[in-house]
Amino acid sequence: MRDINYSAAQELVITDLKVAFDKFVAVNTVSFSVRTGDLRFLIGPNGAGKTTVIDAITGLVPATGSVSVGGNELLGKKVHNVTRLGVGRTFQTASIFEKLTVQQNLDIACGIHRSVFSLLRKPKHVDPRVTKALNTIGLATLSQAKAGTLAHGQKQWLEIGMLLVQDAHVLLLDEPVAGMSQDERDHTGKLLKEISKDHIVMVVEHDMDFMRSFADSATVMVRGSILIQGSVQEVQDDPRVQEVYLGPKSSGGH
Amino acid sequence: MTTVKTTQNAPRIDFSDLRNLLAMLALSAALYIGAPLLFSAYNLNLTAKFICFAIAGVGIMLVWGKGGMLALGQGFYFGIGGYAMAMNMKLTDASLNGGNGVPDFMSLYGDGTVPAWWEPFRNPAITIAVIILVPALIAAGLGLAVFKNRIKGPYFAILSQALAAAFVILLIGQQTTTGGTNGLNGFRFFFGQALGSPDSTEFLFHIAVVALLATMFVAYVLLRSRFGELLIAVRDSEERIRFLGTDPANIKVFAYVIAAIMAAVAGALFSPIAGIISPADVGIIPSLALLAGVAIGGRTNLFGSVIGAILFSFAQNWLSNEFPSFWTYFQGLIYILVFGFFPGGFAALMKSLKKLSLLKLGAKHA
Repeated sequence: MRDINYSAAQELVITDLKVAFDKFVAVNTVSFSVRTGDLRFLIGPNGAGKTTVIDAITGLVPATGSVSVGGNELLGKKVHNVTRLGVGRTFQTASIFEKLTVQQNLDIACGIHRSVFSLLRKPKHVDPRVTKALNTIGLATLSQAKAGTLAHGQKQWLEIGMLLVQDAHVLLLDEPVAGMSQDERDHTGKLLKEISKDHIVMVVEHDMDFMRSFADSATVMVRGSILIQGSVQEVQDDPRVQEVYLGPKSSGGH
Repeated sequence: MTTVKTTQNAPRIDFSDLRNLLAMLALSAALYIGAPLLFSAYNLNLTAKFICFAIAGVGIMLVWGKGGMLALGQGFYFGIGGYAMAMNMKLTDASLNGGNGVPDFMSLYGDGTVPAWWEPFRNPAITIAVIILVPALIAAGLGLAVFKNRIKGPYFAILSQALAAAFVILLIGQQTTTGGTNGLNGFRFFFGQALGSPDSTEFLFHIAVVALLATMFVAYVLLRSRFGELLIAVRDSEERIRFLGTDPANIKVFAYVIAAIMAAVAGALFSPIAGIISPADVGIIPSLALLAGVAIGGRTNLFGSVIGAILFSFAQNWLSNEFPSFWTYFQGLIYILVFGFFPGGFAALMKSLKKLSLLKLGAKHA
């Protein structure tokens, strides 16, 4: 069913991506790429267009330009078809099925691997992907708990687990640590680091501390365009980034 | 490493549903054998009629209760099944005893010729195929057009209701080929079985019970499958399903098609049982009555929707006979009570009563 070529799917290539809502240009000809093993953070102030980039890649908003992974063009495809090409995402607010158990949530995500006819059968076996994901995200002991009863951080991990079960090759995470405690942040950071070894992972984030601790590289967006990208150190040392986040030195006087 | 249970033990249908199904089987067996002994032919026929509504109700439970699609026009599919069956019976009757093969009303109102689109219905096999395939195709076509374009909520409800309304207008306008407001009636044979005797009433009643059981079994299998799980997931969070790589429209269309077939089968049985099918049986009001029974019984509960559909029909029949001018007020009262206080219907009410008694039991043991 999925004709994705994994050896070629080492890189997510975004070229001249542009998203306009009527006259307002939310993302203005943005180009960059993310490779496997490079935990990329997409940062920038509010309204920079970070989430819109993810929305455009996953087919939620129409865009021009090109986004490709493994030789497949993603732009112009419907949401579920983009997912079927191995591109998964999470949302700022966890959108799991609260009335189902943790395991059932993962089982539903596993549906991407099933034929139409198997849908008509009763669920009997736990897919090995589900078991593996439960261990990776550390929710194995909670597999039978209702997802709605999970703590905030655990819900985000479950979302990430659902992407793993889908065999998503590209993971786009929208502010995964927003509202998390410090412990949960550390846990999430380590989880993402681990996953990024064999996945293309891009994290949209506000939190500079979190980025400093875990990012391999960063892309900084301001008002729909890329300001700078490079290693965490390069980005951090750039005076323009400091200006964006702290305000110009001359006017602030801090 | 923590151990993970390797069996999927928390499927959506738990043991209590299985018990419900067994209870239903026992009840149906009792009904199947007992009702013909206990009921008068008149009441037996009435019960058979209400069972037809329950068959359509199972479909509504699937599409509305589990799938969240408010199908207000199931009378349309009920009507296709009913009219197809009625056409077959009219044509068979017309050829009996050296008849000329032209149904009575066509000679009465029309020019005495059978239109070409009626001819295939002389064949019982084609009739059965039409009863199942035509509603399925129409539902698939409409469903794809509606759900692929992400039309939902009240818009879908209005569209489906408009379908029933348009169907009635079409039927009334074609008096020479559909019998107009009178509909089709006066059937004498149903697949070789002479109608109108106590024996035939029992025969039709038995067919209706078996059809209801078959319908419930199909619904039961669907609900405990992964499709059932997905249907509920689509109802609760349609957008999320897209990001799992599944087009929710396909899931919805499938449920709608199944519900349409169930309504059509119900209609096909209704015609011989009631002895008539007319626009008054397939329009907006009957469509709403189908829905009301399911809502009152419990729209998310297989068992509840069946019981609800049958009891609602009994109540309607009894109250409208006893208090002819007050039925609408009773109906309104029932709606207010159910939608205002027990949105889950009686099935949910029973469940909470059960929980309450369990709590009391637990308190005693503690």
